[in-house]
Amino acid sequence: MSGRDGTIGARAAILGKIRRQLGVTAEDPKRNAAVDARLTRAPKGVVPARGQLDAAGRIALFTEKMEKASASVARVTNVEAIPTAVAEYLRAHNLPAAVRMGEDALLNALPWQKTSIEVSHGASEGSDAVGLSHAVAAVAESGTLVLTSGADNPTTLNFLPATHIVAVEAAAIAGDFEAVWAQLRKRYGKGVLPRTVNMVSGPSRSADIEQKLQLGAHGPKDLHVIIVG
Amino acid sequence: MADNATTPAKAGGATTLAETGGRPSVGLFVTCLVDLFRPSVGFAAIKLIEAAGCRVSVPASQTCCGQPAYNSGDRKDTRAIAENVIATFEPYDYVVAPSGSCGGMLKTHYADLFEGDEAWSARAAAFSAKTFELVSFLVDVRGMTHVDASFAGSVTYHDACSGLRELGVKNQPRRLLKSVEGLKLIELKDADVCCGFGGTFCVKYPDISNAIVGRKAEAIVASGADTLLAGDLGCLMNMAGKLQREGKPVHTRHVAEVLAGMADEPAIGEVER
Amino acid sequence: MVAITSPQFKANAKAALADPNLQQALTHVRHNFIERRAASAVALPEFEALRDSSRDIKNHTLANLDLYLEAYEEKVTEAGGHVHYAETGEEARDLILSICRKAGARTVTKGKTMIGEEIEINEHLEAAGIEPIETDLGEYIIQLRHEPPSHIIAPAVHLTQKQVEDDFRRAHTHLDPNRDLSEARELLAEARGILRQRFLEADVGITGANFLIAETGTSVIVTNEGNGDLTQILPRVHIVLASIEKVVPTLEDVSQILRVLARSATGQEMSTYTTFSTGPRRRDDPDGPDEYHVVILDNGRSEMLGSQFQDMLRCIRCAACLNHCPVYQEIGGHAYGWVYPGPMGAVLTPKLIGVDKAGNLPNASTFCGRCEAVCPMRIPLPNMMRHWREREFERHLQPATYRTGLGVWAFLARRPRLYQFATGIAMRVLGNLGHRRGRFRALPLAGGWTKYRDLPAPAGKTFQEQWKEKQRALKGREA
Repeated sequence: MSGRDGTIGARAAILGKIRRQLGVTAEDPKRNAAVDARLTRAPKGVVPARGQLDAAGRIALFTEKMEKASASVARVTNVEAIPTAVAEYLRAHNLPAAVRMGEDALLNALPWQKTSIEVSHGASEGSDAVGLSHAVAAVAESGTLVLTSGADNPTTLNFLPATHIVAVEAAAIAGDFEAVWAQLRKRYGKGVLPRTVNMVSGPSRSADIEQKLQLGAHGPKDLHVIIVG
Repeated sequence: MADNATTPAKAGGATTLAETGGRPSVGLFVTCLVDLFRPSVGFAAIKLIEAAGCRVSVPASQTCCGQPAYNSGDRKDTRAIAENVIATFEPYDYVVAPSGSCGGMLKTHYADLFEGDEAWSARAAAFSAKTFELVSFLVDVRGMTHVDASFAGSVTYHDACSGLRELGVKNQPRRLLKSVEGLKLIELKDADVCCGFGGTFCVKYPDISNAIVGRKAEAIVASGADTLLAGDLGCLMNMAGKLQREGKPVHTRHVAEVLAGMADEPAIGEVER
Repeated sequence: MVAITSPQFKANAKAALADPNLQQALTHVRHNFIERRAASAVALPEFEALRDSSRDIKNHTLANLDLYLEAYEEKVTEAGGHVHYAETGEEARDLILSICRKAGARTVTKGKTMIGEEIEINEHLEAAGIEPIETDLGEYIIQLRHEPPSHIIAPAVHLTQKQVEDDFRRAHTHLDPNRDLSEARELLAEARGILRQRFLEADVGITGANFLIAETGTSVIVTNEGNGDLTQILPRVHIVLASIEKVVPTLEDVSQILRVLARSATGQEMSTYTTFSTGPRRRDDPDGPDEYHVVILDNGRSEMLGSQFQDMLRCIRCAACLNHCPVYQEIGGHAYGWVYPGPMGAVLTPKLIGVDKAGNLPNASTFCGRCEAVCPMRIPLPNMMRHWREREFERHLQPATYRTGLGVWAFLARRPRLYQFATGIAMRVLGNLGHRRGRFRALPLAGGWTKYRDLPAPAGKTFQEQWKEKQRALKGREA
């Protein structure tokens, strides 16, 4: 039980204070039932209509929002086209033909040898110019990519390289966040998340200097999304 | 003029719809600033309310809505004042105040003072339900769509905060102003930003208040309008005082004066020339 | 000890109004945030409904905060993290220092955390020989200046670009003094380069949390820079510092509130990086911290439950109230004298440091109501400022002259005949004094007003007097 490090006293004091102030008890069955119910059922609330579109609509909306946030978006019809699409992007941006990726099955099964791209694997230690990830989902409502941690797509690839390229299947572009949670629950189980879920809605930016918007604060300066399918 | 349709000064000034020939009775809540500093606003309000088909009384035992005490944290005095106001105005169908801030106090804050007291809460609720700011009363309650007045010149309108945010007064004065013959309405930039009056705020924190009203004065001058209007005399005195200190030629009036066609009196802070 | 200057609010405000750099910087605040928020609210038809839903979620959570905290803690532990509780700022500081010492930390990177400011964690670490490094660009800049933040989401909003350039030149002595820093992007690039190295070296990373999700034991941070992410995934140890009211029940609940957070703060639909962190690295994680600690702080918040100030616990620190406040727009954040400025600071500060020290804050408000109008969580901020004024009144904390003046007014207001008598005389006198010019440039006892404004002269006769005369004349005619 946490608190073993010595904050058991503080824990009891704080919880006790909360209960006294609210005039409630820990054992009250109604309260416990209400809390358990909410945690179990996880009711949705207000879901904006704008993301409730058909597949083509969601892709279009997602693309529009990503581009508005200064990300670039390309579309390929099948996964085999990804390496060429990546090579094109690197050439167009005068970047070295080298990318770092994780152990993602989809990305690793691609015909990289058809290009001259040097592929390295694993978490980034800060010296990679380009990171390549495979997003598990995206959200059209806000133009957001959803990436999960793990050996497949190490989180450091999302932040350390100055250029981040993300492949996402068209079918994985959901209309709203709620659909993404349902998907993650299916994959990881109820009440369980991977170590990190990154929701990325554009390249890194800051307006801290006299409100002037600038890209590439600490994270990637460039975010390139390749929609597949 | 306002003196030809008043009710006799009976005790409490009570009237019934039958007595007034089917016209609703309105108790005018003069407000302390109008009472003390610019009575013409009160007369303009009466003229407008009568034009809207009501009979107006002015109960003698009114003084203040209690907002200065309320906003200073003095709940006891505020409640005592509120009890007097509620009792004084109970006989009327409506209570109308030519001020968004007094109106807001009477309509949205009185209930707070009587929480836990069932009898007074009921009286306060009934009172607040029938209380309105002047222009909102004319348009929203009496359905007024235009006024019979003319005004040669351009005006700009400041949305005083309480009227705007507590009572939703925004479109109503603009609608009526647009019906004033000859009047040109110029929208004020940042019309819905505070003028820096804030009751006692302007004298407790004069430097900050001055910065805020200075900015407001700039916007007013930049609008190019001859005349500044608003529905709150406190705000108007604050803005007029600043404009005049800066030597700006803008005239300041209460919106009721223009709507009632009574804008021939000297503007706020001015004298007959 | 970081100085609390809230008691000197008036002097602070005066200095702020006369500060040309601050006033130039504040021109950006006066419109950008406001226009962007308005545009993004209009663009989302469900915005108002989401505000209601967010308010309701927080109210439900606060009513069951004890149970949700327990549920949250259980999930964090399940995921391999540790939850520590701290009643006071001192306890929180000691906990964090102890974790850092155990980790043998030499440097600690920090994501932006207002709780960190509240408990003065940087000073505590420095005193123990551990170097804290702010990584949010705005926080980094003010760290160089040894200044507190002046805004809860844009810490350096009070500075001009020139000031930042001067600070970088002063602090980054290892770089070529002849380098060009005239462009904002050069300043950004310089900060990025310096901080990148510090990110990679840090032993411990401390972040705040916008939300703590009970359903999964997850901490949520939102940034635009990505600094919070580099702070929490690179070091061996990640410490989350959060106060008790950050808990929300479920992933769906946090999604509701996220939809109003960025929109209310900067007008963005989502902050660039919204990150959900659950525990230390898993078996197959090639990156991530080895240890994940959550320090949960009370520091006066539990006391707000069941009180007139409970609604303040719904605050999600979006800064919409600051951005829309006419007072904040003129004086900036430092004038408020402590961590939390603007309307939310005016309500929270007296609670956390005492109304005797912070009394000016809830008084320096016109009650224009714009803050409440834009608060995504529908917090009745002016009402709670008024509650502070009530506490001050009860405790006789207001200046004597002020209290007396109001007392006289209230005395008269309760006695209509005396009121009319007294005001009749006063207005006649003033009317006579002022009838030539129609206004006063100066008036005894009215210095606060006439210092900057003319005071319109009263007409002379009050309305009630004129009304009585008209009634008498009418009766006379009717007779």
